[in-house]
Amino acid sequence: MTHELKEQHTTNAGQDDLLVVSDLKKHFRLNRKTVLKAVDGISFSIKKGETLGLVGESGCGKSTVGRTLTRIYEPTDGEVHFDGLKLKGRLDGKTKKRINRDVQMIFQDPYSSLNPRMTVSEIISEGLVIHNPDMSQKDREKRVHELLLLVGLNKNHAGRYPHEFSGGQRQRIGIARALAVEPKFIVADEPIAALDVSIQAQIVNLLKELQEERGLTYLFIAHDLSMVKYISDRIAVMYLGKIVELAGSEALYEKPLHPYTQALLSAIPLPDPEKERTREQIVLTGDVPSPTDIPSGCRFRTRCPFAMDSCAVIDPEFREVEPGHSVACHLYDAEIMAKEGKELKTV
Amino acid sequence: MTTIQPNDGDFKNLRSQDRPAEPSADLFVPQPLDSTVREELAAPAPTFWKEAWERLFKNKGAVVSLVLLIILSAMSLIGPSMNEFTYREQHIPHSNLPPKVAGLEWLGFDGKDVNGVDQYTQRGVETNYWFGTDEFGRDLWTRVWKGTQISLFIALVAAFLDLVIGVIYGGISAYYGGRIDNFMQRIIEILTGIPNLIVIILFILILEPGIRSIILAMIITGWVGMARVVRGQMLQLKGQEFVLASRTLGASDSRLMRKHLLPNVMGPIIVTVMFTIPTAIFFEAFLSFIGLGLQAPLASLGVLIEDGYDAIRSFPYKLLIPAVVISLVMICFNLLADGLRDALDPKMRK
Repeated sequence: MTHELKEQHTTNAGQDDLLVVSDLKKHFRLNRKTVLKAVDGISFSIKKGETLGLVGESGCGKSTVGRTLTRIYEPTDGEVHFDGLKLKGRLDGKTKKRINRDVQMIFQDPYSSLNPRMTVSEIISEGLVIHNPDMSQKDREKRVHELLLLVGLNKNHAGRYPHEFSGGQRQRIGIARALAVEPKFIVADEPIAALDVSIQAQIVNLLKELQEERGLTYLFIAHDLSMVKYISDRIAVMYLGKIVELAGSEALYEKPLHPYTQALLSAIPLPDPEKERTREQIVLTGDVPSPTDIPSGCRFRTRCPFAMDSCAVIDPEFREVEPGHSVACHLYDAEIMAKEGKELKTV
Repeated sequence: MTTIQPNDGDFKNLRSQDRPAEPSADLFVPQPLDSTVREELAAPAPTFWKEAWERLFKNKGAVVSLVLLIILSAMSLIGPSMNEFTYREQHIPHSNLPPKVAGLEWLGFDGKDVNGVDQYTQRGVETNYWFGTDEFGRDLWTRVWKGTQISLFIALVAAFLDLVIGVIYGGISAYYGGRIDNFMQRIIEILTGIPNLIVIILFILILEPGIRSIILAMIITGWVGMARVVRGQMLQLKGQEFVLASRTLGASDSRLMRKHLLPNVMGPIIVTVMFTIPTAIFFEAFLSFIGLGLQAPLASLGVLIEDGYDAIRSFPYKLLIPAVVISLVMICFNLLADGLRDALDPKMRK
């Protein structure tokens, strides 16, 4: 068993990776003919205590990635290695229980993520009831009070109902619920998108503090690029079910390689009016193609300003072009560029 | 602990500082902010059900209906045993006596028929029949309350079927979704496609007409409305993030149903039950009226109305009394259902 585990670790990635995802796919069959490829073969790894930001337009499949990792959805294909566990296909009861404990999720909409008929204390202690049924009522209550304090609420809130709280407070309750079972890995599915800006910073700071205190690992899904940069160590950019670029957050913002990333980053407004006036924005033409009908070759080619003949034929490989910076684009592939007779883009 | 004795100089100094010549704004020292005190609530938060109760009690129509329904149900239980007659005992010499109640003559309960003749003195009848008698001399008071009993029993059965078959069917259909849902919904469509009357007539072909065939017909189609309501609500709830959160925590199907889905559809369920009940009561009365329901000598409000309808010119009381009772029951259930809907779903209120 230990030998097997070791082998997995050495073959897949370094020792300190908490989560290694390889070629994960999630397809939804809509009817007999159409299949919606929400996630279409993505691979990445997250180190212990690290935050990976996942950005992309709405509908690109980032939430589906999160939900597949928490096993709300069963993946169609692919392998996930989590903390020494190999997760592939249907899980047996014991593994499922461990995943339900170790992987938690924070949701986008603080208004629909709390059951309106339950008190805060019932909401937070649900995980405790499921995973430690032997815990006494008193201990459970004590734990709920601790968790409330931890997320910046207080124990007087325990007996109240969700409608009595503001959006930011509700999100804190959601975080407390996720922390109740002491997870190792948290998927934050746009936890700040529904909050107003002043509260966004509070919640992000709370998540950061909790990470430092408890060594949590996050997958932070968002579409707000500036917030993602602030919280993430590395950022993955998704387009139509695939990761097109993955790099350290500084590197990605300073030197975006993929044309899609460049377009995304150029859309961030600058706080300086002088610079803002001269800001060059790459405007993409057309709409995102439907995930039920993905273009051949490179899936970004229909909107790419640099599209070449090869792009329609060959699906670009997701490769590391410099240490820690991977991209899926032919512009950085010497072989293809030579064939096209164009100059290779230098990194 | 060591106490430090302030020397005189310190004390004077303090006093002179503390006591300025003129009162000024500096005198007001802000109370330190204590978040735990600030967040404390004097009363516990009202639960959803408590609030709903309060809203229901503010609705006069609903409260009056509730009280009337309680009185009517109590009467249906104790009414038949309030006098010495039974619902089936015939006494031909006392046939077709108008209602007479001592002390209520001014309300029309004076024992006089349509021609103004006091039948009681003319025929020398000693006992007062409160609601009069029918053509066989059966006491209508007993028969009306017996009939109310039947109507309320039908109401109970309808509510029970709605709650058991309707809720479970709709819940399963929505919860498992996909092919199961598709299949179950097609069955419902077939069931609603067959008119109720055809179903009951088919049952009467096999069984004899009576309460059993009515209940069987209701088992087949009576719960369809509820199943649809529950399915719609559940489908909406199933995608809500709190259900997903509970699933990421590993909640079992039964826990999800009990703790998250059912409590949130309870409001619509109660309202639908309350609206099904008058429909079911009317269904039974209608069947009895056209002769497909309860058979003589059993009394139901529909049977009594049908008997009264035949003699409407000469003995209008025979029609009037059961008609008033069944109208009361149906209006009360409808008003109560209305009140409950407003109480349970304040957003629906105009």
